[in-house]
Amino acid sequence: MYLYNEFDDKFVRARVNQFRGQVEKRLDGSLTEDEFKPLRLMNGLYLQLHAYMLRVAIPYGTLDSAKMRQLAFIADKWDKGYGHFTTRQNIQYNWPKLKDVPEILDALADVGMHAIQTSGNCIRNVTSDHFAGAAADEIEDPRPTSELLRQWSTDHPEFQFLPRKFKIAVTGSPNDRAVTKAHDIGIRMIRNDAGEAGYEIIVGGGLGRSPFVGKVVREFLPREDLLPYLEAILQVYNLSGRRDNKYKARIKILVHETGIEEIKVAVEKNFLTQKKYFQAPSDALVSAIEDYFIPPKLIDEDVKGLEEAMLKNPALRSFVDTNIEEHRVPEYAIVSISLKPIGGTPGDATSEQMRLIADLAEKYSHDEIRISHEQNLILPHVHKSDIPALYDELKTLGLATANIGLVSDIIACPGMDYCALATARSIPIAQEISTRFNELKLEHEIGKIKIKISGCINACGHHHVGHIGILGLDKAGIENYQITLGGDGTQNMTIGERAGPGFSAEELMPALERLIAAYLDIRENDDETFLNTYRRLGQAPFKAALYPETADA
Amino acid sequence: MARAFTPKVVTANDLLEGDVIYFNANNKWVRALSDAAILTELEEANALLAIAAKDIDSIVGAYLADVKIDNAGKPVPAHFREEFRTKGPSNYFHGKQTESNTQKA
Ligand code: SF4
Repeated sequence: MYLYNEFDDKFVRARVNQFRGQVEKRLDGSLTEDEFKPLRLMNGLYLQLHAYMLRVAIPYGTLDSAKMRQLAFIADKWDKGYGHFTTRQNIQYNWPKLKDVPEILDALADVGMHAIQTSGNCIRNVTSDHFAGAAADEIEDPRPTSELLRQWSTDHPEFQFLPRKFKIAVTGSPNDRAVTKAHDIGIRMIRNDAGEAGYEIIVGGGLGRSPFVGKVVREFLPREDLLPYLEAILQVYNLSGRRDNKYKARIKILVHETGIEEIKVAVEKNFLTQKKYFQAPSDALVSAIEDYFIPPKLIDEDVKGLEEAMLKNPALRSFVDTNIEEHRVPEYAIVSISLKPIGGTPGDATSEQMRLIADLAEKYSHDEIRISHEQNLILPHVHKSDIPALYDELKTLGLATANIGLVSDIIACPGMDYCALATARSIPIAQEISTRFNELKLEHEIGKIKIKISGCINACGHHHVGHIGILGLDKAGIENYQITLGGDGTQNMTIGERAGPGFSAEELMPALERLIAAYLDIRENDDETFLNTYRRLGQAPFKAALYPETADA
Repeated sequence: MARAFTPKVVTANDLLEGDVIYFNANNKWVRALSDAAILTELEEANALLAIAAKDIDSIVGAYLADVKIDNAGKPVPAHFREEFRTKGPSNYFHGKQTESNTQKA
């Protein structure tokens, strides 16, 4: 776990004190809202539909038990006893009061956390693979690189007023779990033919109003060149990105309008200049950080008791089948804790649950916890012998739902239940889908499927890359839901295709049932996933299921 | 012929708590939509909004929201977004729906 050094700590404390002064000035009327708004946004404080919302960064999704307990403490003391984990590895509190926020920020700083750069047109929280440091398929732990980028981008004077927000994601595995191709910059840790470690740099991906799959701007970047190269990209964007139109201001539009070849030339040229200014090679900086990410000392012990326990308890077997991922050490497992109980709100955890997870992380996972962009929590280093005991403890607080990757493991943004930008609700839709397919007892038969829901075109719920994507819109004063099909957020990133006209909230569930029934009917065999069936057969049979009237005509 | 004017209320969020508030006929901020002043003419609506918006040290983001008028002569939201603002989120019993004084008579 990265520990704040004295510089980090001083910087964060200074920001909290500045903000305390700014809140006081706002409350006594010496700052207007127009003056105050950019200041509060710089500290992660939004005003939503019913209340303020504080967005706290969880850099590259890594937490320890002390941090988790503090998040629970904050939820109890200043909020309504819960928090919402987002698709960008943040946690959001939905009910803080303005006067309390400086105190909350102080409490965060006590455990080396903050809400800086979780809003505004700057480089946002750097996200990464939630299985980092544990996954069997990993080439290298992406977190030291992510941490270097956090340090580089935090309060970077040149990049505080970019044309628009800027998101960076890093993956160290060929199987991309960090959706790097949907980021302004995506970084993949790779090795070249000579076996040297480097980065593939992807630029201009993004969802939202105009979704784009990121394009490779540099196939192999030596590790020493990372910071000057990113500095070069950011400078090109900062100067040439469109500031005239909010909807065209992201780097994806610049890349799209200029063309990747021309961007490449501009970046490479600028890079040669930047290289002179960066004295320390980036790989040396990463190495210095690596000391904070030394893998935990795993015990060399055979797995005992798991098979027997699974024989006795089919529910445990089902949990192991769905919620366990392969660890780089065969006796260990990566355990996903689903924050998608049937009928619940995706991504929400109560303070009690947070404290239990903190305890379990200490007891079973070398004090490590991860947050996934899919709004679940992860214990990355669990010895397989401990799984039965862990499972029993998770069950006590409703945290043992065995549904990772299944139809009820839905991503849903807060939508119009909280978000001021929303055009429709998304949470009740997620609740209905998970409740209904649970009633139908179809979840396991359907198998692996990703449903993702956004409450507006900003696409925080990643609907474009859902196998089934759902976008909530306001159609003449009524909530209306548009379906996209065939999206994929992995290394094979694909933007889903719109299926046709939207559905009212009442029509949506029956339409989804028809869609799933059609899939079960036409798949080649039980192992062919929804996405693969869609890829094999195209949209026609799915469209026919969604719109039976037009198909008959 | 000019289109009929949709009745409006002035609404905003409270600076301290962030919760939804409405402007009443005595130029005071209240928590319940049913207590808000109903504005049936454009000029009147703009005038009240101008007064309300001056309250910069207690409110944020005043605007005019469309309402319908129910049988009891009380304003009710014309759009679902405003309806949610009168209640709070649908996934938990939090926000305005928990305050008894905002329940409709
Ligand atoms: S997608 Fe839209 S509604 Fe959902 S959280 Fe993002 S901005 Fe809000």
